[in-house]
Amino acid sequence: MTERAFTEASYSAYLSEHQLMGSRCPSCGKTYLPPRPICPDCHSDAMEWVSTPTAGTLKAFTTIHIGPKAMIEAGYDRKNPFCVGIVQLDEGPAISALILGVDPAAPETIKIGTRLSAAFVERGAEEARRTYLAFEASGD
Amino acid sequence: MTVRKLNRGVAIAGAGMSNFGAFPGKTSRDLFVEAFQHMLASVDKGMDPEDIEALYVGNFSSDVFEGQGHTAAIMADWAGLTPRPATRVEDACASSGVALREGILGIASGLYDAVLVGGIEKMTNLPTEDVTDTLAIAGDALYEIPVGFTFPGFYAAMATAYMHRYGASVETFMKVTIKNHANGSLNPSAQFGSSIPQIMQSKIKRAESKGYPLPTWADEIDFLKDDRANPVIAWPMRLFDCSPISDGAAAILLVAEEVASAYTDDPIHIIGTGQASDRAMHDREDLTTLSAARLASQQAYAMSGVTASDIRIAEVHDCFTIAEVIATEDLGFFPAGGGWKAAEEGRTALNGDKPINTSGGLKSKGHPVGASGAGQVVEIWKQMRGLAGERQVDGDVNLAMTHNVGAAGQTCVVHIFERK
Repeated sequence: MTERAFTEASYSAYLSEHQLMGSRCPSCGKTYLPPRPICPDCHSDAMEWVSTPTAGTLKAFTTIHIGPKAMIEAGYDRKNPFCVGIVQLDEGPAISALILGVDPAAPETIKIGTRLSAAFVERGAEEARRTYLAFEASGD
Repeated sequence: MTVRKLNRGVAIAGAGMSNFGAFPGKTSRDLFVEAFQHMLASVDKGMDPEDIEALYVGNFSSDVFEGQGHTAAIMADWAGLTPRPATRVEDACASSGVALREGILGIASGLYDAVLVGGIEKMTNLPTEDVTDTLAIAGDALYEIPVGFTFPGFYAAMATAYMHRYGASVETFMKVTIKNHANGSLNPSAQFGSSIPQIMQSKIKRAESKGYPLPTWADEIDFLKDDRANPVIAWPMRLFDCSPISDGAAAILLVAEEVASAYTDDPIHIIGTGQASDRAMHDREDLTTLSAARLASQQAYAMSGVTASDIRIAEVHDCFTIAEVIATEDLGFFPAGGGWKAAEEGRTALNGDKPINTSGGLKSKGHPVGASGAGQVVEIWKQMRGLAGERQVDGDVNLAMTHNVGAAGQTCVVHIFERK
């Protein structure tokens, strides 16, 4: 694909283009998200960029009532909690993400196994503007 | 697995700690000096501090918490031990458990005969939201924190996976809280020296004195389900599922077994050590176990030649109640999925068949993160020598274990202790 380095900067640049990109090890065939420069399983450093699936299921989650400052600044607090979780992508790796389309005020209603699809959330103004990875309950 | 042995035996000849709690006006060096003095006073035959040859000090983030980096050399100075080599060890909340291991390796290698292992953290200078952000950096600051994960959030996510897979309920976790507060109420060094019934009583009294409507909790579980008394931090973890923000220090004197008799006729031998690392949570197949804890304990069991059923008591890393349940499975005390049932059945209580966290654990004793691993060893030292007062377990404690975890299991270090 491209010659971008396997760094967080490249990963974030792809996110800002609304692409979810990982790295694939051609020797053992495994895909890693976030992308890694060295395969943790076979130590190969001949990784290649690969577009990962953007649909998956909720593997674990929590609703956060006392958030990090960045989320407080984004408008979340005890009265407006948010959900984060680990999403198992279809045929591929799992990734940490903000979970949308569920009711964080009623965590008992959020179910492991919920079908999700990738969403890209823009936050911050001007130079601080950044794209964050989220997944949204797809309702099927 | 290749069984690794130490080149020579290592024993504990003294152990002490400051109280754990919130101590305005005390810095980490003040707390370390207290722990050091308590350690010296615990040495049966006394010790000339001149004999100490090196220091390893566990500390997570004095840089952020106190604006002080390079803390080990300062601790050496304040304990009167300059110019000995002083090394800071940072592995998040496992910092002083790993410092202990480094001290063991220093003696086992033959380089030193006597080493001071310490742990320090001074967390209460900062407001809670800054502490939240500081603890979170023990996770992955590039890929976990920006999406919104917090430190309680990691363990809460493990709790949802565990509940989903094994059928545990939030009440299971509440029973761990009740047990650890009961133990902590018997520990004069604990941050929360109150049992849950005592806390309920004091809240009722306060409401009475202020003329507020009196709470009508049916029992401890009812109290712990009250959103006002016990708010959600990261569901299903509520305030009373979380270890507190703490200040504290601990100090351990390690000596080569061959010189131990100069200090005590009753040393505690360290017969097993194990340590492993792990990836971020999203890169783990199974979120209901910490594979680093399983690996570390397997190494320690193999080195010592003992098994999980031989261990009489353990101090485990209960930074959150779910962590204690998972720890009791990872260490092999109970089968996978059996930890929550054992907790419900009271098997991990002071009078159970496998007492866990007799000190009150991080939950009740307090969690000054860089000092917690060394603090666990202080409890084991006391229990093994029959010095634990009202919380002393029955019978001989000949074999004991500590389990100290960094972040959400990216580091785990395990030690096995024997009183011969």
